[in-house]
Amino acid sequence: MDNIINFKIRVWRQNGPKEKGQFSEWYDSKELKMDITTDTSFLEMLDILNEKLIEAGKEPFVFDHDCREGICGMCSLYINGHPHGPAQGATTCQIYMRRFKDGDTITVEPWRSAGFPVIKDCMVDRGAFDKIMQAGGYVSVRTGAPQDANAILIPKQNADMAMDAATCIGCGCCVAACKNGSAMLFLSAKVSQLALLPQGRPEAAKRAKAMLAKMDELGFGACTNTGACAAECPKQISLSNIARLNREFIKAKLAD
Amino acid sequence: MATIDSKIPEGPVAEKWTNYKAHQKLVNPKNKLKLDVIVVGTGLAGASAAASLGEMGFNVLNFCIQDSPRRAHSIAAQGGINAAKNYQNDGDSVYRLFYDTVKGGDYRAREANVHRLAEVSNSIIDQCVAQGVPFAREYGGLLANRSFGGAQVSRTFYAKGQTGQQLLLGAYSALSRQVNEGKVKLYTRYEMQDVVMINGRARGIVAKNLVTGKLERFAANAVVLATGGYGNTYFLSTNAMGCNCSAAIAAYHKGAYMSNPAYVQIHPTCIPVHGDKQSKLTLMSESLRNDGRIWVPKKIEDAKALQAGTKKGSDIPEEDRDYYLERRYPAFGNLVPRDVASRAAKERCDHGFGVNNTGLAVFLDFSESINRLGIDIVRQRYGNLFDMYEEITDVNPGELANEINGVKYYNPMMIFPAIHYTMGGLWVDYELQTNLPGLFAIGECNFSDHGANRLGASALMQGLADGYFVLPYTIQNYLSNQEIWPKISTDAPEFDEAEKAWNEKIDRLMNIKGKRSVDSMHEVLGLIMWEFVGMGRTAEGLKTGFKKIAEIKKEFETNLFIPGSKEGLNVELDKAIRLKDFITMGQLIAFDALNRNESCGGHFREEYQTEEGEAKRDDENYFYVSCWQYKGENAEPELSKEPLVYENIKVQTRNYKN
Repeated sequence: MDNIINFKIRVWRQNGPKEKGQFSEWYDSKELKMDITTDTSFLEMLDILNEKLIEAGKEPFVFDHDCREGICGMCSLYINGHPHGPAQGATTCQIYMRRFKDGDTITVEPWRSAGFPVIKDCMVDRGAFDKIMQAGGYVSVRTGAPQDANAILIPKQNADMAMDAATCIGCGCCVAACKNGSAMLFLSAKVSQLALLPQGRPEAAKRAKAMLAKMDELGFGACTNTGACAAECPKQISLSNIARLNREFIKAKLAD
Repeated sequence: MATIDSKIPEGPVAEKWTNYKAHQKLVNPKNKLKLDVIVVGTGLAGASAAASLGEMGFNVLNFCIQDSPRRAHSIAAQGGINAAKNYQNDGDSVYRLFYDTVKGGDYRAREANVHRLAEVSNSIIDQCVAQGVPFAREYGGLLANRSFGGAQVSRTFYAKGQTGQQLLLGAYSALSRQVNEGKVKLYTRYEMQDVVMINGRARGIVAKNLVTGKLERFAANAVVLATGGYGNTYFLSTNAMGCNCSAAIAAYHKGAYMSNPAYVQIHPTCIPVHGDKQSKLTLMSESLRNDGRIWVPKKIEDAKALQAGTKKGSDIPEEDRDYYLERRYPAFGNLVPRDVASRAAKERCDHGFGVNNTGLAVFLDFSESINRLGIDIVRQRYGNLFDMYEEITDVNPGELANEINGVKYYNPMMIFPAIHYTMGGLWVDYELQTNLPGLFAIGECNFSDHGANRLGASALMQGLADGYFVLPYTIQNYLSNQEIWPKISTDAPEFDEAEKAWNEKIDRLMNIKGKRSVDSMHEVLGLIMWEFVGMGRTAEGLKTGFKKIAEIKKEFETNLFIPGSKEGLNVELDKAIRLKDFITMGQLIAFDALNRNESCGGHFREEYQTEEGEAKRDDENYFYVSCWQYKGENAEPELSKEPLVYENIKVQTRNYKN
């Protein structure tokens, strides 16, 4: 087939959080007869690589993935120096091999951050994000019979802005992109979503403070407004959310 | 054959749920604090149930196989969630949602369950808005709606093309709050392996810690399965890679009924298969059918040119296009239910009118909408779906491609049906309890509400209805029984046995030491399922399917290769355990499909169709829920039947034509 591309790829191998990791050898797609066409997805290419490794009696390369539609936030590879690879506004699972050229070299690494210890190879532990959410990423409402959904009108503009912030998939790309390993974009997306809606207003300041304190406690770095997070974010979450988070945080501090 | 008691409350259908709630037993607040509930799964059903039970005071242990509860595959639902709010003043009501759902399910669902679902649908929207779910709104600030297949009203609430994500994040936030309060304990990267029965009741589970590879034991007063469907039996589906049916099969092996496994939903609007190395299929939301029109060429020579690549869709003018859904079903047009739309696509492709190189695709075209509304409005509605399509196929459906006789034609999308959802599942009674006391099943995992076909935007509705508003009530009727209150130690002999049996099973798999990878065999199983147990089934084909499934089963048992060891993280081992259960599920689907000598909803037997090619039901002989029970590794499962009783809706032939 004429749309086959050949490339060399190496992947990060690490046995556990405390073990020393290293790159694998360079795998040559031609030598391994991978026959990758340009309409193959990046993760399908890795599946095929793994099949070849298993055929050779070797252990497959471990990475997180699940929905393969760019929405679950599970996939998390650092490809050629970019979290989620070369495409803008796309997750790793949404990258197709037509993004690469014949003869390219591809280097695959895990998210690297103090907040995300490696479990194995490129699979990392993002449990810290759950902990940040548990610190306050919700509206304190009980299951039951709240008022009618249309009882509080919400201007379309606010609802749309809240939706844009709520689009965050919690993949951790922002942390991986940040030179300080800060989780501010992730955190600010949730704080913004809820601060923009009347239902979330009562707890807005308290929420910002609690989530920030948890982020600091878990070893994520501070934000220096570099903007790498928003530039790499697969859901294009805006930097303005961080400004909104800071406003809420200052309000909370003033109230103290 | 056992008699089956579905425990449907007395009284008129509209009063059953109210009556049930008024008379069911409750657990008082102090006693709730002493009771533990295991919830397996953190999708819409699992997360909402765990959060609600925790809020009520129960101690909840919540498990998921991913690294976070927020990854569950409910997150990928695109289009929306139905509710009978009638905000559009278009004549909607609880009764109409009930009726549409029963009719959409081809009269194979339980009336009482579906009515309850329609009743609680409105509370779901209220609940989600209160949690801060950013549903789409109109300029006046009111909630917006759109239409979905199988309905003539606009009752679908949505959040862009990411409704499942927003609803799941809402449930996840409620769950996170309970974790913070100490009422829910989360176990991520854990996979349930077995349910532990003690004195005839479900009292715990054995779960595998996927990171350490160790089996661990958990005891509780009741166990709730919210582990989703079995679509990945077909290997290629719109399900996430990790979706599996092992928890449900574990329950089945313990004696739980598996109901209606043949009812598998094939979604009409997926991106077609492009090669033989694909790992998963991508859904294009059904909402696209609001403004997109489905067609194939009228002339066979045009179809041949499209297949050969010498023509493009935009080269074919309006008069040469066959909008076959609009032609066959004038009343519902492009918005017929999924099973009808999928079969109609297959019918055209079987006749040679398919439009891509494999001949297995049809067009979904936005030219008319873009010409009428402008590209901006169309992009506002479906922009993210257009982008997703372009990333995958390299074709931009919003791009002007041709102009013929003054009419502008845009690139159409190519779509084809794919496995998407499974209506069948663990049998449950009205209380969502399986026939194993203390074991409950909610969401896609159970069989209860969709009959033989699910309508669009109803899965999210059912998941949240079960988790927020049904199970937290009905489980108390069980938990109020003081006999089950004493705590059970995980040192009980039943736990020892379960763990020992699983360790042996894992050792057996590791020791096969054959030559083939799990995926290479799963792929074969999928091809067998799609060809012989897929969209068009025949008695003969199903029998061939059985033989072929048995062959791949043998291959699996003798030629499997799992690299590495059972200690620590071993993705291949976990996949192998799941594949073993997919094979069992594949057999069950085939058994049920062969038994059901009729066509209904997602189950289409080619021998049973009308002259016009529509599904032909046999209400005289098959007006029942099939309930299959495990009888041993090499024995055929035993069939019991729960007769369906319709008191409100007249059972008739489904009609979407006029």
